[in-house]
Amino acid sequence: MPKEPILEIAGITKHFGGITAVDGLDLEVQPGEAVGIIGPNGSGKSTLVNLITGFIRADDGRVIFKGKNITRTPAHKIASNGIARSFQMARPFGTLPAYKNLIVPLSSPRVARRRSGRYGDRDEMAVHLLEDVGFERESQIPYKSAAELPHGYLKRLELGRCLAMDPEVMILDELFSGMSMSEVAGALPILEQLRDDGITLIMVEHRLRELFRVVDKVIVLDFGRKIAEGSPEEVMKEPEVKEAYLGAEAEEHA
Amino acid sequence: MLEIILIYGLVSASTLMLTALGFSLTFGLSGVANFAHGGMYLLAGYLTWALLNELGLPLLAAAPIAVVGTGLLGALIYQVVLRRVRGIHLSEVVATFAIGVAILESFRWLGFVTYDFTLPVFFEGSTTIGSAVVDYHRISIVVVALAMAGLIWVFTHYTKTGLALRGMAQDEYTALAVGVESDWAAMVSMALGSALAAVAAITILPLGIISINIGYDVLLISLAVTVLGGIESTRGLMAASLILGYATVLASNYLAPHWSEIIYMAAIVLTLIFKPSGIFGKFKELEERV
Amino acid sequence: MPSDQTRRERIDRGIKARTDDVFAVSSWRNILYLTLPRAVAIIALLSFPLLRIFVGAYWQNVLLITLAVSLTALSWNLLSSVGLVSLGQALFYGAGAYTTGYISQHLGLSPFLTIPLGTVGGAAICTLLLYPVLRLRGIYFALVTFAMPLLFIRVIDATKILGGAEGMTGLPALPSGAPELYALIAVTLGVAYGLQRLMDSDYGLVLQAIKDNDRSVIASGINIQWMKAQAVFMAALPATFAGTFVTHHYQFAGISTLGLENSILPLTAVIVGGAGPSAGALVGAFLLVPLSEALRAFGTLRVVVYSVVLVVFVVGLPEGIFHFAKRKYQQFERRVDLE
Repeated sequence: MPKEPILEIAGITKHFGGITAVDGLDLEVQPGEAVGIIGPNGSGKSTLVNLITGFIRADDGRVIFKGKNITRTPAHKIASNGIARSFQMARPFGTLPAYKNLIVPLSSPRVARRRSGRYGDRDEMAVHLLEDVGFERESQIPYKSAAELPHGYLKRLELGRCLAMDPEVMILDELFSGMSMSEVAGALPILEQLRDDGITLIMVEHRLRELFRVVDKVIVLDFGRKIAEGSPEEVMKEPEVKEAYLGAEAEEHA
Repeated sequence: MLEIILIYGLVSASTLMLTALGFSLTFGLSGVANFAHGGMYLLAGYLTWALLNELGLPLLAAAPIAVVGTGLLGALIYQVVLRRVRGIHLSEVVATFAIGVAILESFRWLGFVTYDFTLPVFFEGSTTIGSAVVDYHRISIVVVALAMAGLIWVFTHYTKTGLALRGMAQDEYTALAVGVESDWAAMVSMALGSALAAVAAITILPLGIISINIGYDVLLISLAVTVLGGIESTRGLMAASLILGYATVLASNYLAPHWSEIIYMAAIVLTLIFKPSGIFGKFKELEERV
Repeated sequence: MPSDQTRRERIDRGIKARTDDVFAVSSWRNILYLTLPRAVAIIALLSFPLLRIFVGAYWQNVLLITLAVSLTALSWNLLSSVGLVSLGQALFYGAGAYTTGYISQHLGLSPFLTIPLGTVGGAAICTLLLYPVLRLRGIYFALVTFAMPLLFIRVIDATKILGGAEGMTGLPALPSGAPELYALIAVTLGVAYGLQRLMDSDYGLVLQAIKDNDRSVIASGINIQWMKAQAVFMAALPATFAGTFVTHHYQFAGISTLGLENSILPLTAVIVGGAGPSAGALVGAFLLVPLSEALRAFGTLRVVVYSVVLVVFVVGLPEGIFHFAKRKYQQFERRVDLE
């Protein structure tokens, strides 16, 4: 059954001075899919995310979202049209309490429209969303200043910020980095729930074992080029992939 | 006529570059926009004047003392004030601005505003190039400007300290990981920038009398040149100086002298609209990065 | 094992805890604790114009200038809440002054029309001038606001437009005395209150978020350049209004309106008084302006004093007097051993 891909990336290229960070990359993501993007440091993973979401301008190539060309669309419009992204260095709005952090995306007029004008009480919606990502409502945690949150909660707050935008695609940049084993274990059901709700996931990750439990398909980047694509097992058997990682993670997870 | 335009344009360009060099260096290397640059310039001028007239030192002695002294003062300002507010953008900006204003307005209040305040030229006399008469001092300005630019280039590309500073500027996060001290680097940039301000003052002030408004002019020029040329780009600095230098000379000749200000303003505004990172700006992603 | 080291602990005062929530109205002492500071300030302000007989026209004038500076300070405060550091409040002030002066001279309208027109027109002009800078790093806003008043002074002086160095004289006056003063008091209090409500609302929250982490705000689907433009326009209004009002009070608009003093005084007022809540800007203005009037004999030394005070406060008491006083009013400190 041929399905229309929700996200189509064709020949995307970006140079920084003399370095080619992303080199003619092609990728198709089906709606509801969960895709992992892996590769050694400097392979262009974060640059790719920035290119898709409009934070960096591509030198060449196209990004098509639901049939519309968003290559030149400003980042905030891409965000409010349905692609939410998290940041690798998750920095919350530290001067605000945790739940107030979500008021920001909820205040965006375009996001409000996406939620079909379900204004209601924003504060209440914010706390509700925090619950969905694992903040216990009964505790004081949602009301604590975001700057005082423990690290695992920071990442979940990022997730909550993305969720608040009612997205169709969520791009998570190293969600698991810095998380303890139990924190990751706590995050997995949340990600499963997102998939059940029909959200397409794209996850850039270094922690392969945890990633492989979530995603159907993996693409491997090296020096800005795609060197492998397929299921996690297939991809990890490829000799180029093993070589690219040069023993570090590949040995652990092969 | 052509020779006059060509030569005086070059002198003007050299003046602008020398003036802006210190500010551009500090801004590029440590991210600190030193609004006290104009104040340091004027301070160096008065200091040199005092050394020459109150202490009777020869220029060859007074100049190095003033340059080193101003450099040390820059480092001191960093240590005492800026270090405490490092990272808090608002406080950094307000602090250097306040210091600059304090220095300039102190001099105004102390009454340094008469014709007595001049600095001596390096060489008396003039020569003729083609149909233009050019005094030796103006030629010295060009030489000093090129020499300083060259020195800075060598420093930031070939010496250990300079390379470390450049590394810091390009990626503070990684440089911190490698163990380069961010505070120390910022202090050194401030010191160097201030010292360069002194060199510029000693070289350029002899063309006229020392006046308080020059302090503010210096800042305007530095802003215009740095914005137009791009931050942390010596090539940009030179290109912008040439463009603005010739533009102001042409405007003064064919229009009217006050057009300099309009040119500076236009340079700043137009650059920020069309190419905010400047002609040779390194931060090409400036717009997107906001 | 108690160590030698101690840390500072801040605890709410008893009365603060007792006045939180509904218990505020449980006793006269509680009610007074909450309302007295504000009430005293407002009553004092409102009764001042009536004391003309005791106080004289000179100090009435000082009040007028203080209110004008308060408005410009509130303007600076709003800009800094979005992360924009303005080193040129004089640009807004002067834009208001010149716009209203120009309209008065060329259209001959009464101040009741030229003031609103000058306010909105001046604010629009400033917003347009600053718009290109809003998508760039914060430092560019500081650079451009610093440069613009200086450049405009020189251009006006040299090209002799808009009255040149002499300025525009003989502009229509406002009905002077108590009504004028009360009008300005009303506007100032209104702006202070309005901006406070704005910053406490969700809109204000987004503005603060832009200052905190603009990338995340973009990623939340918000057009930050447009929001910053709105903030600049809203911030410009009180400052341009002050420019128009004082212009009609003195019946004069000239390059002095673009002078450095008009940039540095409101800035100092907010740093000294405390940024964030409107009260800080007002406290700062009401402390500094009368003080500067008392120092009038010292001429340009005053600007030196402002700048030195500025540095001292930025480094030494960055939270400002209002926050400091409020903290002392609500909490007490003690040293506890580190466990």
